Amino acid sequence: MMSSGALFIAVFLACMVEAVEALTIVLAAGTSRDWRSAISGVIAGVIVLALIVAALGPAVTAIPLGGLRLVVGGLLLIFGLQWLRKAILRAGGLKALHDEEAIFASELAAAQAAPAGRRGIVADWYSFTLSFKGVVLEGLEVAFIALTFGANQRNIPLASVAALAAVVVVAVAGVAVRAPLARVPENTMKFVVGVMLTSFGIFWGAEGAGAVWPGSDAALLAVVPAVAVFALVLVVLLRRATATSATAVPTVGGVTS
Amino acid sequence: MIRVLRAFGEFWYDFIVGDDWRVAVAVVVALAITCGVSTTSIPAWWVLPATVVIVLPLSLWREARVRRLRFRSGADGPSTGR
Repeated sequence: MMSSGALFIAVFLACMVEAVEALTIVLAAGTSRDWRSAISGVIAGVIVLALIVAALGPAVTAIPLGGLRLVVGGLLLIFGLQWLRKAILRAGGLKALHDEEAIFASELAAAQAAPAGRRGIVADWYSFTLSFKGVVLEGLEVAFIALTFGANQRNIPLASVAALAAVVVVAVAGVAVRAPLARVPENTMKFVVGVMLTSFGIFWGAEGAGAVWPGSDAALLAVVPAVAVFALVLVVLLRRATATSATAVPTVGGVTS
Repeated sequence: MIRVLRAFGEFWYDFIVGDDWRVAVAVVVALAITCGVSTTSIPAWWVLPATVVIVLPLSLWREARVRRLRFRSGADGPSTGR
């Protein structure tokens, strides 16, 4: 079924992108300071995220589908347009491309400069909180996407499997490489996720508001490519505008998350 | 306590609404219009796609203009941040 496949791909890609970002932060905390504290931060962060999903998952699925699609579709569309807007600005040359190596270097410098300090059973509080915040903040976006997609499709287990699969892939790659995963095409993946979130937000939001799509679920087969083509056209127009502007903003060397 | 609540609110505002609140307002208005149109005999599915077609380029155009103006005035270097 197209929707289940799209659900898996959207959650997997979104989770992979966020997991790569979290990995960079954890690597910086671990390599520069204390691995045990950094890993404790990761475990604490994962527990917090699991509790959020466990608490909100059943609550969200208990909402009638019509109301759920209206609220969640709307939220997903707002959230998706945020992702897509940033992705288009990056691709159009008006926002710096996401660069894991630059972010790693900046996090590493900050971690090395911070003072050491023990709190309770945590040997290095800075490493713990850096990893914890990295995992929770990056993971929250994934939890939101997994919950909204999963609840709308009435398939939170599939969304959870997709999220876990992405985390495992990134964790294995991170352990193997022992460096930031700079070769992952993050900017392209963020663009794809933005297209998926926006498309599903349009589809579910309209359905929840009482609209009937021509062709029912098959309308998604038109909505997703239409949003992708529209976003690509905007990238081309933005690139042209940037190129013709004598004072185009340079984006090389900047860091974004 | 007020500081904590404010920080909590700011986090969720930034998380959901993000850089351009106009996009969020446009989506909410479009959903309300869809609700209204769907009670009539006129098809309502086109309202959200039409909103995206209008709102996304406007938001990008505004952001591009702001960035260029900032750069011209020398107030901003290379783009950074989320």
